[in-house]
Amino acid sequence: MRQRSLLALTLAAAVAATSVGACTVERHWGGGSNAGGGGKAKVGLVTKTDTNPYFVELRAAAKAAAEANGAEFNALAGQFDGDNDGQVRAIENLMQQGANTILITPSSSTGVLDAIDRARKAGVLVIALDTATEPDTAVDATFATDNFEAGRQQGAYVKAVLAGKPPKLFMVDGTAGSTVDTQRHTGFLKGIGLTDASPEIKGKTPANGDQSLAQQGVENLLQRTTDINAVYTMNEPMGRGTYAALQARGLVNQLVMGSIDGGCEGVKNVRDGQYAATVMQFPKKMAEQGVLAAVEYAKTGKKPSGFVNTGSAVITDKPIPGVESQDTKWGLENCWGTK
Amino acid sequence: MATATLKGNERPTIGEFFLRAPAVGPALALLVAIVVFSLSTDTFLDLDNLSLVVQQSLVVGTLALGQTLIILTAGIDLANAAAMVLATLIMAKLVVGGVSGIWALLLGIVATVVIGMVTGSLVTRIKLPPFIVTLGLLTVLTAAAKLFASGQAVPVADSLLKWLGTRRYLFGGIPITYGMTLALLMYLALWYALTRTPWGKHVYAVGNAPESARLSGIKVNRTILSVYIVAGVIVGIAAWQALGRVPNADPNAFQLGNLDSITAVVLGGASLFGGRGSVLGTMMGALVVAVLRSGLTQLGVDALYQDVATGALLIGAVCVDRFARRQQS
Repeated sequence: MRQRSLLALTLAAAVAATSVGACTVERHWGGGSNAGGGGKAKVGLVTKTDTNPYFVELRAAAKAAAEANGAEFNALAGQFDGDNDGQVRAIENLMQQGANTILITPSSSTGVLDAIDRARKAGVLVIALDTATEPDTAVDATFATDNFEAGRQQGAYVKAVLAGKPPKLFMVDGTAGSTVDTQRHTGFLKGIGLTDASPEIKGKTPANGDQSLAQQGVENLLQRTTDINAVYTMNEPMGRGTYAALQARGLVNQLVMGSIDGGCEGVKNVRDGQYAATVMQFPKKMAEQGVLAAVEYAKTGKKPSGFVNTGSAVITDKPIPGVESQDTKWGLENCWGTK
Repeated sequence: MATATLKGNERPTIGEFFLRAPAVGPALALLVAIVVFSLSTDTFLDLDNLSLVVQQSLVVGTLALGQTLIILTAGIDLANAAAMVLATLIMAKLVVGGVSGIWALLLGIVATVVIGMVTGSLVTRIKLPPFIVTLGLLTVLTAAAKLFASGQAVPVADSLLKWLGTRRYLFGGIPITYGMTLALLMYLALWYALTRTPWGKHVYAVGNAPESARLSGIKVNRTILSVYIVAGVIVGIAAWQALGRVPNADPNAFQLGNLDSITAVVLGGASLFGGRGSVLGTMMGALVVAVLRSGLTQLGVDALYQDVATGALLIGAVCVDRFARRQQS
C-alpha cells in the first residue's frame, strides 16, 4: 500500500514538473544557423563570474543595449575567476542555442581559445570585452580598457604628487600572472618612472583582488617598514583593504595612494580621502559597443576588428597640473555599480 | 553493493529496493530531468547537445570515479581536483620544455599516483582521518600548482594531450569524443573490479565494517592503500580529460572540482559512511548535474538558481538514503 502511494506521488510530481516546465518557461531562442547577415542579432555574453559588481554592470548594460536594439540576449558566466571549464561550457551552450555573436571577458587570456576558435569557425562573431586574449587575433575584436595606460595614468599621478621626492613604494598586486595584473603593474611602474628591480620598491604583495587579503598583506609588509610615501593598488577593493591596514598604523597622511576601477564605491573612497586618485574604466561602453557590433553583424555581416580602447580617466579631488583628471562629482555621475 | 537482505518470500519495501539498487534513484532523477528539458526547450533533445552534456560532465565524472572508491572506504578526498590541476600543469610544462606528449602524460599520472600513495600512507600508517589529510593536501597542492606555474596559465598544443577532446567519431549520429570513450571504459573496468573481483569485495567490506573485515582475514591497510593508488591513477587520467576539454593548464582552474565530485558520488546513492555506493550510480550522479546545468541554462535560469537546485537535489538524495535506511531497520 505504502509502496504504491509513494510511486503514485513520484509519478504525479514528475508529470507536474513536466507540464509546468512546458507551459510557463520563457524560451530564449531556438537552434539554427550561427552565421550573421540579414537576420536578427542573438547576443550571448560570457563573463568571468556573475556576482562581481563590475560584471553585473557589464551584463546590465549589455542587456539594456540589446533590448534597445531589438536583439535577443542571454548572459552566462564562470563560477569563479579562473573557471575556464565553465566558460567553455557557456560558449558551447550559447552556440547550441544559436547565438550569432558572443561577447566574452575571458577568465584567462589563453584559457578558452579553443572554444572561441570553434565558435568562430561556426560563423559566430566573437568579441573580447575587458580582458584581451593572447594572441589578440584569437578573437575578431577586443573592446577593453587599455590596462597598461590605466596603470601608467595612476603612476604619473602619484609621481606628480610626490613632486620630485624619491618614491618609497608599496605595491598591492592582483592575481599573480594574470594579464590585467601584469599590464597595470608595468604601466604603473612606467608612469612613476621605476622598474621591478628599483630599490624604491619597499614591498610587494599579491592579494588576488581581495580586500581582506590586501589588508593582511599590507599589515605584513608594514612589519618590515613603515617608511613609505606611495602605494599602488591594482583595484579598489584592495585599495580599501590597504587603507584599513595603513590607517591602523596611522600612516595615511604621510603617503599618496592610487587605485584603478572607477566603481561608485571607489569614487566615494576618493571623495572621502581614503586614497588620492582612482583610474576609472567604462564597462558600460564595452558592453554597448559590443552589442552594437553584434547588431551590425547580424544586419550586414560586417565584423569589427582589432583593439578598441574604451578609455580610462583619472578621478581625484586634488588635481595636479600636467595630469589630466576629473573630480569625484563627475566620477559619481559616470561610475559603475550602485550609485 | 547490496546491503539489505530479504527475509523469506517478503516483497522488498521501497526502502530496501533503493538500498539494493542505489543507482535507481539518480537514474529516475536523470530521466525526469531529460523529459522535462526535452519538452520545455527545443534545443535540449538534440544529438549534438546530448553529446555536449556528456562531454561537459567528463572531468567531474572521472574525478568522481576515484572519489567513489575513496568514499566506499568511508574516506573522502578534498584534494583530488588540486592534484589534477597540478598534473595538468606538469604535463603542459613538460611538453613546453620539449618532452614528448606520451612522457609528459605518464609523468603527470606518476605525480598523482605519488600523491595518492602519500595520502594512503598517512591514512593507513599514521591513522590520520582522510578529511584532515586531504584538507591539508588541498592547500599544499593548490599552492604548489601556483608556484610551479608562477601563477601563469600554460596553453597546451600537444596533440596527444588534447586528443581526448579533439578526436571524435559518429555513433548512431551522436558525436562521440575519445574522452567519452575512455571514460566509459574506465567506468566499465572499475565496475568489473568492484563487483566481480575479490579486491572489490574487500573494498566494500573494509568500508562497511573494518574490524570484521580484518577478522575475516582481509588486509585492511593494504586494501585502503590500493584504493588511494588506483584513485591517483584516475585523477591523473582526469587531468588528461581536463586538457582535452580546455587545452590550457591553469593553476586557478577547478576550484570546485573536489566538491563537484563529492556531489556526483552522493547523488549517485553512495553513503559517506562507507561501504555503500556504485560506479553506475556515480555515473548517473555526474550526468544529473550536467543535465541540470545544461537544461536550466537553456531555459535561461540564472546560474545562482542552478546552484540552489543542485544543492537541494543533493540534500534530497541524502534524505532518500536516510528514508531507505530507516525502512530497512
